[in-house]
Amino acid sequence: MTEELLIETRDLTVGFPVGGRLFNKKTLKAVDGISIGIPRGSFFGVVGESGSGKTTLGRALLNAVPITGGHASYDDGEVRYDLATLSGAELKDYRKRAQLIFQDPYAALSPRMTVRDIIAEPLEVMGLTNSREETDTRVREIAAKCRLNLEHLRRFPHAFSGGQRQRISIARALVSGPRFVVADESVAALDVSIQADILNLLKNLQSELGLTYMFISHDLSVVAHSCDHVAVMYLGRIVESAPTRKLFAAPRHPYTKALFSAIPSLDPDDRGRAQKLEGEIPSPTNQPLGCKFHTRCPYATDLCKTHEPVLQVEGDHAVACHRWQELL
Amino acid sequence: MSLIDVENLTLQFRTDEGLITAVEDVSFSLAPGEVMGLVGESGSGKSVTAKALMKLNAANAVYDPATRITLHLDSGPVDVMSLKRPRDMEIVRGGAVSMIFQEPMASFAPAMTIGSQMVEQLLIHTDLSKRGARDLSIEMLDRVGISDAASRFNQYAFELSGGMRQRAMIAMALSTRPKLLIADEPTTALDVTIQAQVIDLMKDLVAEFGMGIIFITHDLGVVAQTADKVAVMYLGRMVEQGPVREVIRNPRHPYTRGLIDALPQLDDLDKPLMPVPGDIPSPLERPEGCVFHTRCTRIIGDICRTAVPGWADTGPDHRTACHLCHQDTAA
Amino acid sequence: MTAPSQTAKEAYFTASQRQLIWARFKKQRAAMVAATVLVVLILSGLFAPFLSPYDPTVAGRDKDYLNGAPQIPKFCDKNGCSLRPFLHTVTRERSLATNFRWVEKVNEDERRYVQFFVQGDSYKLFGFIPGNIHLFGMDQGYVHLFGTDSAGKDIFSRTLHAVWTSLQVGTLGVLISFVLALAIGGIAGYYGGMIDSVIQMVTDAVRTIPSIPLFMAIAAFIPPEWSAETRFFVITLILGLVGWPTLARRVRTHLLTERNQEYVLAAQLCGASPSHVIRRHLLPSFTSYIIVDLVISFPYVVLSETALSFIGLGLKDPVNSLGVMLQNVTKADVLLNYQWYFIPVLFFIALVMAFVFVGDGLRDAADPYSESRK
Repeated sequence: MTEELLIETRDLTVGFPVGGRLFNKKTLKAVDGISIGIPRGSFFGVVGESGSGKTTLGRALLNAVPITGGHASYDDGEVRYDLATLSGAELKDYRKRAQLIFQDPYAALSPRMTVRDIIAEPLEVMGLTNSREETDTRVREIAAKCRLNLEHLRRFPHAFSGGQRQRISIARALVSGPRFVVADESVAALDVSIQADILNLLKNLQSELGLTYMFISHDLSVVAHSCDHVAVMYLGRIVESAPTRKLFAAPRHPYTKALFSAIPSLDPDDRGRAQKLEGEIPSPTNQPLGCKFHTRCPYATDLCKTHEPVLQVEGDHAVACHRWQELL
Repeated sequence: MSLIDVENLTLQFRTDEGLITAVEDVSFSLAPGEVMGLVGESGSGKSVTAKALMKLNAANAVYDPATRITLHLDSGPVDVMSLKRPRDMEIVRGGAVSMIFQEPMASFAPAMTIGSQMVEQLLIHTDLSKRGARDLSIEMLDRVGISDAASRFNQYAFELSGGMRQRAMIAMALSTRPKLLIADEPTTALDVTIQAQVIDLMKDLVAEFGMGIIFITHDLGVVAQTADKVAVMYLGRMVEQGPVREVIRNPRHPYTRGLIDALPQLDDLDKPLMPVPGDIPSPLERPEGCVFHTRCTRIIGDICRTAVPGWADTGPDHRTACHLCHQDTAA
Repeated sequence: MTAPSQTAKEAYFTASQRQLIWARFKKQRAAMVAATVLVVLILSGLFAPFLSPYDPTVAGRDKDYLNGAPQIPKFCDKNGCSLRPFLHTVTRERSLATNFRWVEKVNEDERRYVQFFVQGDSYKLFGFIPGNIHLFGMDQGYVHLFGTDSAGKDIFSRTLHAVWTSLQVGTLGVLISFVLALAIGGIAGYYGGMIDSVIQMVTDAVRTIPSIPLFMAIAAFIPPEWSAETRFFVITLILGLVGWPTLARRVRTHLLTERNQEYVLAAQLCGASPSHVIRRHLLPSFTSYIIVDLVISFPYVVLSETALSFIGLGLKDPVNSLGVMLQNVTKADVLLNYQWYFIPVLFFIALVMAFVFVGDGLRDAADPYSESRK
C-alpha cells in the first residue's frame, strides 16, 4: 500500500482495571492487540456489536482513554505524534487536529448554552481566535456548511430536533479545523430519513475540508454505503478488515457472514441468507479461550477452542480465522 | 371479525407550551393472528397510539370525544375509551392486551426476581394458584429459548444479558395468553445478531399462539420480515396502510417512498442515499393541510397546503392519504 | 386552550434555562401564593422598625398595660362612625372580686385616634439608618394590635422584629453552610476516587453528631458577658457549621452526575482546563438545584434557632426571636389567660411554610428536562 496513513496502530491495547479486591485487580481488555492503518482522506468504518471495543478504540485514538499497550501514531504530513505518550504542548496541538462527534445528540450539547456558544467553545478554549468578531465569523462559516442559519445560532438546544442537534455537534467538532474526526455512532440515534441527510453531509464536508473519518457503527448497511474500508471487531479484536466492496462481495470470517445475514431484508420474501447465530455475546470480563468467537461459531473446531487466530493479511483484505480458506 | 377496531383516534397533550396534537384521526383494524407493523419516526405518534389502546398515556392526555377503540373479545366487545376504574382497565392492561417495551431493563423491577414478577402478573390476571403460576412461568421462559429456565426464574433482571431480558419480557407478556400483543420497538436496543434471534422467536410464537401483534418500529426491514400489513405514520397522522408486500414494493405516499429511498441497501451499494428533504417540524409547528407538505417533493398545488387528504384506494387493501393519489385514481 | 402563537414559539426557542424555569414556576399557584407571602414577610421584617409602633425592647414598654389583650381599632361605636380608626380608653385596676386579677373598664366616650406616620421611639433601620417615624401610632396612649406581655412590651412590634432576626439568622447560617458545602462537596464530586471517599467519611461523621447536645455543649461555653450581638453571631456560626453535610452531599451528587455528561467530555476533548469545565458547565448545571436546596434548608436553620432559644441556650433578650418570645409561654398562667402570646407562632408557621412551598415549586420547575426524546 502506497497510501499515506494518517493513523497507524500496532498491537494497540486498552485495558481497564475492574473489580476485584485492592490487591487482586483484574484487567478488562476492551481493545486487545489492534493493528490497523487509516489512510489519509479515507472514510474508515469500524463495525461491531456491544462489547466489541469499537468505542474504546475511537476514544483511545483521541487520547480520551489511556492506551495501556502497543503503539499508535498520527501523521498528517505536518506533524507526527506518538499517541501513547502525548502530553503537554503536543497534546494541546493534537486536540486541534483530532475531534469526536458523539452519538447522542441530546446529551452532547450543553442545554444551558446557545448554539453559537456551543460551537464557539472549542475556539475559545483552544485560543484559536483573537477577537470576538473572528470567533463569530468562523462560527458562522462552519454553521453555514452544516446548514444552520443565523437564527439557529441564537437558540438553545431544546429548540431543535435530533437531526439538527447532530448538525450542531458536527459543527462544533469541525470548527477548530481538524484533520481526523472520529464519528462514534453518530447516526445511530437518528431517524432513518435524517440519517441519510447526515451521512451525505459528512461526505460533502470530507471532500470540502479534506477530512479523514473513523466511522464507528453497529449498522452494517450504513457503513456499507458511506465507508471505503471496513474493519469488523468482536470482543476487542479485529476479525476482518477489507475495502468495503470486497468485504460485502466476499466476506471471509464467519462472524462477518453472520452479521450480514442478521440484517432484516426489506424484501418480505427474502427470508435471510443461511447463517443465523445462536447464543449470546460473551461478557468482556469473561472472555473465551482460544478464538473469541468460537462459542457462537457454527464451524468451531478443537483448534479454535485453544488457539487464537492471528490476523492473516492478503493484500488489503485481512482475516483472523483458522478456517477461512476452507469456508469460502 | 376483527380483533380490535380503532376509529378516529385523536389525542392531544396539555403542556406548558400549549395543547400539542400527538395523534390525529387515526383509524385501523387488526384481525386475530395478524401482525401489523406500525412504522414512523420520532414525533410520528406511534407509541402514543399504542399506549392509547391500553389507556397508558399520561394524565395530561386529552382524547377527542369522537375516538372509538373497540376490542372484540370472546366475552363481547369492550369499549376501551369508556373504561374508567383501574379494575375495569385490568382487562386491557395485561389481560387480553399485553405490551413489551424497548428497554427490557425498564420493565423489570430491579429488586424483584424475574420469576416473582411473572408470577405476580399471573396471579392478577388468571385464576392460577401460586404453584400453577410458577410452573407456567418456567414453561414460558423455556419456550422463549432461555436455557436453564428453572434457575433463571430466580435471577434478577440485571443478571441477564440484553437479549435474554427481552426474551424474558416476551415470556412474561405471553404468559397471560393475550389476544393482542403490542410490541413497542422491542428490538431497537438489541445487537443485530440478537435482534435476528428475537424476530425469529416472535414469528414462531405468532404461529403457535395465534395472537394479533401490533409491532411498532422505525425499521422497515424488521417490518418487512415480520408483518402481514403495515401502517405508516407521520406527525400523528396515518399516511399509508396496506399489505406489507404492497406497501414496500409499491409505496404510494411520498413519505413512504422517501423512507424507503433513504435506507441504505446492501444489494445496491452504489445507490446514493436520498434523505427526505427538510426537517421534521416541531410539534408546536404542525403544518396546515397535509402534514407532510412542508417536506414533500411531489406537491401538486395549494390543495396540499390547505386541505387534509382523505384516503384514496391505491391497490388491494392498500390506501394512501395523498392528494396526488386521489388525482391518479380519479384520472 | 389554543395552539401556541408564533411569538410564543420563538420565545420558547430562545429562552434560556433560567427563563424556562421561571415560566414553569409561575404556573404553580401554590408556589406563587407562597412566594407572595414570603415577599410580604421579608419586607415586614426588613422594615420592622418602621412598621411597628413601638420599640420592641423594655425601652418601649407600656407600663399601664401589662399582659394586655389585643386592641383592634374600630371605625364605629355607639356614638357614631369616624373615618379614622380609634380606640376607647381603658382603665385597669385589680379588683378584689376577681381575686386580684385585672379588671378592665372601657370608657366608651373617650376616643383615642390612630395616627399615621407618627414620631415615636427612635430606631436604626437595617441597623444603621437612623429614624423615628413609625407607620402608625396613637395620639394618646398606646395601641397594641397583638397585646402585650408581662413587662408591657408590644407583641406586634416584637413579632415583626423577631421575623427580621430569624431571617438574618437563617440567611447567615445558610450562607455559611453553603460556602462550606460548595467547597467540600465540590472537591469530592469533581475529583472522585480516594479524595471523595475520605471526604465522604468526614461528612458522614459530622452528620451523625446529634445537634441538640452539641448546641447545649457549645452554648454552655459561651461566656455570659458577651453581648447579645456577639452571641447572635456565634449561634449562627454554629448552626452553619453543623448544617453543611446535607448540602455538601447534594453538591457532590450533582457534580458526579454532571461530570459524566457527554458535553463535559466534549469540552475536555478540546483541552478545556478543569476550571473552565467547572465554571462553564458544571456550576451552571446545578445552580438551579442548589438554589432549591438553599431555600429548603432555610426553615431548618430558623427552627433550630427557635428550639435553641426556647430552651434558653440561644439568643436572649434584648435580641428578639421567636424562640425568645416563646420562652415565657410555658407557664400555665399564660396558657389559660394570655393566649395572644401565641400569635407570633402563626407568623412563623407562615414563614416556614412559605419557604417550603416556594422551594417545592422551584424544584418542580427546575427539574423536568422534558425534552422530546426519540
